Amino acid sequence: MTMIGDRQQLAYIASQAADARVNVELETEGMTLNIGPQHPATHGTLRIIARLDGEQVLWAEPSCGYMHRGYEKLTEVRTFPQVTALVNRIDWLGSFANEVPFILAAEQLMEIEAPPRAQWIRTILFELSRIANVSLFLGDLGVQLGAITPVFFAFRDREYVLNLIEGATGGRFHPNFDRIGGLKDDLPAGWIDETRAVMKKMRKFCDEIENLLFGNEIFESRTRGIGVIPRDVALQYGMSGANLRASGVDWDLRRDQSLPMAWDKVDWKVWTHLDGDSYARCWVRLQETRESTYIVERLLDTLPSGPVMTKVPRIIKVPEGEAWVSTENPLGEMGYYVVSKGDLGPFRVKIRSASFNNISIVPWLLKGVYVPDIITILASLYFILGDIDR
Amino acid sequence: MYALLSSIPYWGQTLLRLLGGAVAVLLPAGTIVYLFLFKMMSFMQSRLGPMEAGPYGSMQLFAEVGKWLQKEDLLPERADSFVFKIAPLIVLSSTFLLVAVVPFGPDAWFTNFEAGVFYALAVSSVSVLGILMAGWSSANKYSLLGGLRAAGQLIAYELPMILAVVGVVIQAGSMNLQNIVVAQNAGSIFGWNGLGNPYLLTQFVGFVVFMIAVQAELTQTPFDMPIAESELVSGYMTEYSGFRFLMFFIGEFATAGVFAFIASVLFLGGWGVPFSWFGWSGINDVDSWMNVGGPLIMLTKMLGLVFIIMWVRFSYPRFREDQLQRFAWKVLIPVSLVNIMATSVLKVAF
Repeated sequence: MTMIGDRQQLAYIASQAADARVNVELETEGMTLNIGPQHPATHGTLRIIARLDGEQVLWAEPSCGYMHRGYEKLTEVRTFPQVTALVNRIDWLGSFANEVPFILAAEQLMEIEAPPRAQWIRTILFELSRIANVSLFLGDLGVQLGAITPVFFAFRDREYVLNLIEGATGGRFHPNFDRIGGLKDDLPAGWIDETRAVMKKMRKFCDEIENLLFGNEIFESRTRGIGVIPRDVALQYGMSGANLRASGVDWDLRRDQSLPMAWDKVDWKVWTHLDGDSYARCWVRLQETRESTYIVERLLDTLPSGPVMTKVPRIIKVPEGEAWVSTENPLGEMGYYVVSKGDLGPFRVKIRSASFNNISIVPWLLKGVYVPDIITILASLYFILGDIDR
Repeated sequence: MYALLSSIPYWGQTLLRLLGGAVAVLLPAGTIVYLFLFKMMSFMQSRLGPMEAGPYGSMQLFAEVGKWLQKEDLLPERADSFVFKIAPLIVLSSTFLLVAVVPFGPDAWFTNFEAGVFYALAVSSVSVLGILMAGWSSANKYSLLGGLRAAGQLIAYELPMILAVVGVVIQAGSMNLQNIVVAQNAGSIFGWNGLGNPYLLTQFVGFVVFMIAVQAELTQTPFDMPIAESELVSGYMTEYSGFRFLMFFIGEFATAGVFAFIASVLFLGGWGVPFSWFGWSGINDVDSWMNVGGPLIMLTKMLGLVFIIMWVRFSYPRFREDQLQRFAWKVLIPVSLVNIMATSVLKVAF
């Protein structure tokens, strides 16, 4: 009896062990997928390390720094007027918008203010760079989701805006036009009429994209409910810009902050969306682009006359002190913390760029999504590599 | 014409057929690439497309082929070299096998056998094997994901395609593609035979399901997840270069052409014109000039259908893999089953 019992027990143990072996053999281990640094969806050199189970992401981590250019350090060996040429290259699609907060910080330290006409033109160029930036996003969104046509429309129509920026500043991508105390030049002749015509074209472009993408069932099914960021999570991760507004937070630095700029002089609307998903983020950006065209038109209507440069010394020395100025850039809140020791150049500059904070939510957001959704989410978060790595 | 053909020795006939097959695959592929991929796509995207090579860029395709032929045939270090090298050949051979049953005229066919529809649906799935081999043997994670996606997708879409064709087979009462063409052109709509009876009218649901399934079978947008250049870089084609990539490329567009040929045979009346126009009553009355006119008619219909395929391709975003499966199993298959049921009931009733 005991013999049989032992044998049964041994057989039982053996069968259990065999089962365990089979289970171990059948257990599939995840696959680590390196998305990037050379990948079409990452707009440059972002690397996302994703641990996959089949097509589902178990864990993901962005790894940035492949394009770090050390701008914060470089500013320390430049004079104040030279810094704008550097910071242009942070968010290379909306260059002029990068110059403005730095110049404002320097002006704040020197306790001067640009004349009204310069403030107006600054704001107009700021909004133009927003339109140029976001219109490319709207086209690129299609490519990320597999529709190749919108991006060509975006490149075609962005060209009109870039021509305007070139006409006013001389540089298509890197204007380097903002000066401490005002602007380099006044607007060229005929520029205002041209701008009005282009703003109409850009609104038409927005309608086109709205028809082509936002009205498409496949687009909706790919973006609605994908990558939902609830309001409190968005606030915790320090998101800003359209990503934050898409989560239902009514926060726009252009309106909520008093700066020597012209935003508060005209009427416009801050667009928000309550869903917080990829569709909401794209939708908010589309509406903002359209709103920007109205802002530009209204600013042109009220453009004051006068000089574009206030009196500043020939060699600019910024008095000792510290200043923090941030503005609502195309990608979100961008700010400069400038420390001056009374020299020709800044002692230390801390750059707060929007994309770096915006992608910090990626590990949280990518948990459990499918591989194609990684691309949707990254596209809808809209970062620019230069803005992440600086 | 057929009498002329049968006076040639057998090896000569075989040679002619092989030559004809090559022309039937490569000529449409070239036309599609130039007309649609180069030109139509460019016009839709407000640009001109290739303009430099030849008048109006018409020699661009030859320039591209020349470029690909010169490129190095790269082989990834960890790749399974035999499987890696043979995969594009399998994809391309599936296309050549497919064209073998397509009739281009009363006597202008390669093979004319009874189970033509069955054969076409069977060999069209051979390409899945090639794609899976390419994805697996490339030793690349993106390729692997692409290959597996392709396998899942093509198997899911095989079924609606077959079910969509069943309606046509029931209505024609034959699986022979030649008989299906004759049945459409000799047929009549409620006694009026001015248009024949193209199955596009009676089998419209089947036609739509078939074209959607073809779109998925060809991995064109909105079903191009196996390639998905923005997420999987290029899926199973990622590691291929030079001549082998060219084979995939030709295979993609040639298969589009051949599937459009099959769709035009099944739904648009194939090579024929309505027989009543010339007072023909059956296949035996058809004049032999149709052996020349037929291929041209087929080419026109093929270009029309490929235009639709490409139009959708250039204007739609891409589905996600699970959405695609849901669409196939929950929408297309029930719809085509209902279509079969309705067809059978009406067939018995009339």
